[in-house]
Amino acid sequence: MSQENHRTVKAQVMVPYELALGRTWSSFFDSLRDEKIMGKKCSKCSRVLVPPRSFCPRCFEDMDEWVEVSQEGVIETWVYVNMPFFAQEIKIPFISAQIRLDGSDSGFIHQIAGIDLSDFDRVKEMVKLGSRVKAVWSKEKKGSILDIAYFEPVK
Amino acid sequence: MGKAVAIIGTGQTKHGRRSDVCYPDLVREAVKAALEDAGITLKDIDGVVLGTMPSMMEGVSSTHFYFTEAMGAFGKPVMKVETCGSTGQSIGHCGFYWVASGMADIVLVVGSEKMSEGDGQATMTTVFDPFFQRTFAAGAPGVFTMQSMEWMYRFKISEEKGREAAAMISVSNHDNALDNPFAHIRTKVTMDDVKNARIITYPVRLLDVCPASDGACAVIFASPEKAKKIGRKAAWVKGLGFRGEEFFYGESDKAIWMSATEAAHEAYAQAGIKDPLKELDVAEVYNPFTYQEMIFYECFGFCPRGEAPDYVLKGAFKKGGQLPCCPSGGTLCTNPIGATGLIRLAEAVLQVTGKAGARQVEGAKLALSHAMGGVDQFNGVTIVGSNL
Repeated sequence: MSQENHRTVKAQVMVPYELALGRTWSSFFDSLRDEKIMGKKCSKCSRVLVPPRSFCPRCFEDMDEWVEVSQEGVIETWVYVNMPFFAQEIKIPFISAQIRLDGSDSGFIHQIAGIDLSDFDRVKEMVKLGSRVKAVWSKEKKGSILDIAYFEPVK
Repeated sequence: MGKAVAIIGTGQTKHGRRSDVCYPDLVREAVKAALEDAGITLKDIDGVVLGTMPSMMEGVSSTHFYFTEAMGAFGKPVMKVETCGSTGQSIGHCGFYWVASGMADIVLVVGSEKMSEGDGQATMTTVFDPFFQRTFAAGAPGVFTMQSMEWMYRFKISEEKGREAAAMISVSNHDNALDNPFAHIRTKVTMDDVKNARIITYPVRLLDVCPASDGACAVIFASPEKAKKIGRKAAWVKGLGFRGEEFFYGESDKAIWMSATEAAHEAYAQAGIKDPLKELDVAEVYNPFTYQEMIFYECFGFCPRGEAPDYVLKGAFKKGGQLPCCPSGGTLCTNPIGATGLIRLAEAVLQVTGKAGARQVEGAKLALSHAMGGVDQFNGVTIVGSNL
């Protein structure tokens, strides 16, 4: 389609929000301040989920039991992101990864960093599916998921 | 399945960057084409169903209000249904349910998107939860690439073989789109073009990824009595399935993908299909990403788990192959998201009614259409046939 003489208008919608975390997720972020990663265990199916859930998504039972999971785990999958978009929180390039923390039954989404990301061929050598990574904590805790600064390959 | 339901008309806009029209006019273009195809007028329509992506895509909330006139819904019941990428299948299912229940005789279903007007990846990133995963989400490419990496690792598919098969899928979809006058991207590409394109989310490159399109699609569902009275060639809904999974990415196994697998199996059971590779004549698989298209082939039983790249490299899903997939050029060449799943259905209808023009699969009688939505969370399938 030709784009000549097609009038457009600039527009923007901006709305501030204040989102409630609820008890389970508030506790999770409180624990991050103490450098602990906490999951919830289902009394029916015995699965441990991180992020923790107030109820088991499969059994629909309340999940009452807190379990601390390991700060180390295995890379289940990862992606090298080289694509910018509006309001992106982390500067590209970055690596998103699904990490199975020891003691957990679900994959945990976070980033892998602490390595030189500029040379993709070297990144591929450092970051492999099935290899182990461990949490590196932010010095200053803000009560957000980035209180875990990133995961880095276990040497 | 309720009463039998016919599809008596489809309409599509010319998809692409449509800054020549405002959003309601784009919708009306598809609605008019569908009415003309069915040979009916607005007076014949009992109710209207609309679906789009989240409001942030174009910055207008609840577009069923905005589009009431464009959809011809003045004075009629209107429903809006939204399931992200699978919206197009969800609204088709909704139209089917309405007619199958016997509560309406003719229902107009409309899907639309005008993606050139906003920031698609920023919008899609808000589909992730705000506390845990959104920070690391990289829109659709990020998550679909993670899934593809996991799938290749699980089934020990080498990077080279995956790359070769994905490139072949890109080339054949781009070739197919040249036959489709509605398609957005109509450019010939080579294997080398695909393999050397810019990295988006490694190993996914620019030509492994769909465009962001403006476009609309309309499909008209009718009771057998009305279809007979109108007297034009109709397609018939033979089976449908829809499944959802947990919200958090990482909680379910996306290399096997329950929702895609079971949505197809539900539709096959209703349609009486036992061997989809043999029995289906054509499939319009929702394929915004080349690598992910191969996971769908496996979920839908077109080939055993882990063998999709081998089947692709043998040409099983190309034009003239055992089961041609996406003769329209697919989502890979046209993706106005709220319309896309409905375009898959419309293309399947065109195939089984022999109206697909240059992209017609000779003698097609049974076709699968599909769409996927959210963070790999929902899948919907509709199977249509030439005969009641």
